[in-house]
Amino acid sequence: MTENLFLQNTLDIFRRWWITILISLLILIALVWGIITGPSVTTAVLASTLRHSTPLVLGALCGLLGERSGVINIGIEGQMLMSAFIAFLLNVWTGNLVIAVLAGVLTGAIMGLMLAFMSVTLKIDQIIGGTVLNILAIGLTGYFYTVGLVTEGKFQPIPLGPLADIPIIGPVLFNNPPITYATIILVFVVQYVLFYTKWGLRTRAVGEHPRAADTVGINVFTVRYVNVIMGGAIAGLAGAFLTLEAVGSFERLMTNGRGFIALAVMIFGKWTPLGSWGAALLFGFFSALQTQIQFSGVINIPHQFIGMLPYMLTIVVLAGFVGRARPPAADGIPYEKE
Amino acid sequence: MSAPIVLDARNITKTFPGVIANDKVNFSLRKGEIHTLLGENGAGKSTLMNVMYGLYTPDEGEILMNGYESEELKPVEIHNPHDAIHHGIGMVHQHFMLVPVFTVTENIVLGAEVTRGMSLDMRKAQRQIQELSEEYGLAVDPKDVIEDLPVGVQQRVEILKALYREARILVLDEPTAVLTPQEAEDLFRIMRQLTERGVSIIFISHKLKEVLAVSDVITVMRRGKVVGSTTPAETDEEGLAAMMVGREVLLEVDKDPAQPGEVVLDVKNLTITDQRQIEVVRHVSFQVRAGEILGIAGVQGNGQTELVEALTGLRSYQSDHVLLNGKQMPAESPRPLIEAGQSHIPEDRHKHGLVLPYTIADNEVLCTYYRPPFAHGLQRNEKAVMDYAEKLIDQYDVRTPSPLLAASTLSGGNQQKAIVARELSREVIFLIANQPTRGLDVGSIEYIHRQIVDMRDRGVGVLLVSAELDEIRSLADRIAVMFRGEIVATVKAGEVTKEALGLMMTGSIIQNEKAPIEA
Repeated sequence: MTENLFLQNTLDIFRRWWITILISLLILIALVWGIITGPSVTTAVLASTLRHSTPLVLGALCGLLGERSGVINIGIEGQMLMSAFIAFLLNVWTGNLVIAVLAGVLTGAIMGLMLAFMSVTLKIDQIIGGTVLNILAIGLTGYFYTVGLVTEGKFQPIPLGPLADIPIIGPVLFNNPPITYATIILVFVVQYVLFYTKWGLRTRAVGEHPRAADTVGINVFTVRYVNVIMGGAIAGLAGAFLTLEAVGSFERLMTNGRGFIALAVMIFGKWTPLGSWGAALLFGFFSALQTQIQFSGVINIPHQFIGMLPYMLTIVVLAGFVGRARPPAADGIPYEKE
Repeated sequence: MSAPIVLDARNITKTFPGVIANDKVNFSLRKGEIHTLLGENGAGKSTLMNVMYGLYTPDEGEILMNGYESEELKPVEIHNPHDAIHHGIGMVHQHFMLVPVFTVTENIVLGAEVTRGMSLDMRKAQRQIQELSEEYGLAVDPKDVIEDLPVGVQQRVEILKALYREARILVLDEPTAVLTPQEAEDLFRIMRQLTERGVSIIFISHKLKEVLAVSDVITVMRRGKVVGSTTPAETDEEGLAAMMVGREVLLEVDKDPAQPGEVVLDVKNLTITDQRQIEVVRHVSFQVRAGEILGIAGVQGNGQTELVEALTGLRSYQSDHVLLNGKQMPAESPRPLIEAGQSHIPEDRHKHGLVLPYTIADNEVLCTYYRPPFAHGLQRNEKAVMDYAEKLIDQYDVRTPSPLLAASTLSGGNQQKAIVARELSREVIFLIANQPTRGLDVGSIEYIHRQIVDMRDRGVGVLLVSAELDEIRSLADRIAVMFRGEIVATVKAGEVTKEALGLMMTGSIIQNEKAPIEA
């Protein structure tokens, strides 16, 4: 019995501090890695971690804004893909990256509006609504994309003065292109809005018990519309990141399932922005590690198995540490007035 | 009564397709009084309250208020809950409007948040709620999370929610339906404290005893109309029941002594272990004979629910001696039990009694749909189902325009009648009735009690489980008392006082009819 209790307590402590433990673990692994291979590789892995995590955490923010207000969004993939495409086209036509980003964000927001209209006003099944967006995006981008379009370029890293010169973490954290910076800021902004403002309290109430919110005069429909549209805009930013910052051009199906992994990241992050960020970083880290291992060629096993590594390890680590998460009670249920 | 009228509803008429829910209803409320609105289910109480709270717009009539200061009444427009709150009307819904994962404070301030700059100021809100709870004697901890709190405390939070919005009129919609007797006493004390501070309370209920105990004025509604107003001093339970139902009502069940026959249910040494590996029922043994009613009394949560679930095949148990009509019955398998002649009126009519989205007709054949005449092989016989349903609806007086409507459209009393109709119209030798009259009005209670006694007189063995002592005492021939999963006493119904039963239910007296251990 006492051993059991000890185990229970230890698990509890892990659960309370998992983000901290996780991040220290990552730093530890990174340091060990650094000592073995030299600082340039460490920096490369960490920078790649951040790059991998950015679209995931943005997608997760989109998902959790919707779900916290009670709308399941499985159309994140489609929202990202469509926005990536439109942002790319605007970049081709205008050569202006800022306009291209705004176009991507706007596209995401419009896709969000479509989802909100389907799931809040028409009250159709939200999984179907999201699937419609995904199919729409694949179809439209596939049809209109023509090979051979060239862009003026992509976002370049902006070093933040002397901070960028700090060894190892300097180049990782303080020498990034703008959308990456924006993402980090956005994580904290959404965390603040969701848990420390009036709007956030109302959003969570609507996602948990819409009728209770309704009886105190909160407009359930407005809250859901706004959150889903804001989420769409953030997914749009993720799309813009892919074409304007990470790759610099568009390819068919370039989102490659990131919208769905973002949903998993959101769940692992227990529907919180900070938690999702932790989960996205973890996944990003293992992805970066996997690439490194493949490049270094030290381990001679089929690359498909190494490719599985990030997914496997993420599941093992998060399932072990995070424990059970509970989605918002009214998640996915259309609200009907009496 | 010289206190000024704070709210006056005049000639309120509200019709729904096919029903006049409120027919020229007049209702006036004075400052600081507890005004009870009494009536059977479907009498129009809730409609009237929803009109006052802005959830329905009346077809005719107007609401006047005095603004809590002057003597003069002025017409007010209430189109939505927001307007109602603005005019100082607060409502405590029967199903609480609380977010389970939020704290007390978060729930109370929701929609009327205290902010500093852009951020929520939870500390200030907690302080305000603390003050409010002390002022009105409603003890809560603002930091507690709702889902961890007992129902009685959650209700206090609902009341505080209304007071926080400066409600001067409080509508309590069947507030005691979910409370234990102690919690109900607490609520009545709180209600009196509120009226001392000038709050007026509209109390909706159909429990006659508590209405008489707590009200200043009682207004009775029947079929959409106000049939009269009275005070507790001028009337009694029989009087109120007659006003509600429109005829004399028997509050006591009139029955002959039981004539027990053969044993129909024989249970020996039955133990139930739940999901948490806790023994919720421990070594229980009892018999039910044909033609008698064995009542199981006990405070809720002492194993009765699990026992009934085990006996009806919904839960696993440990015992090698559960005989129905002399035959060992398979565990966790309801259909053989049903086919052997066992009927079950379940505790939760929504969860286990009816398939709410199905038609009433389909619900009436829920246990027999696969057999002739309702089905031949794979083919359903719709006509036989309809004929049968119409017959039952007629015979058991289920009020509905059509058997093809969903069961969810029926009122609570009629849902229960539909279940009783299904369960008693089969070949029955043994009936389990678990809380058969919970949440029902006096008319329906009287009806269902009559049916149960009639079954007994026709030689059916009945196991009645109820948390209402009055119900157990008036129906049962023998009473077994459950406490912490054990049967602590078995007594003859006529030979025990209410007080003694109450003590047994709390485990203070332990007595057994015969030696508990048998080889």
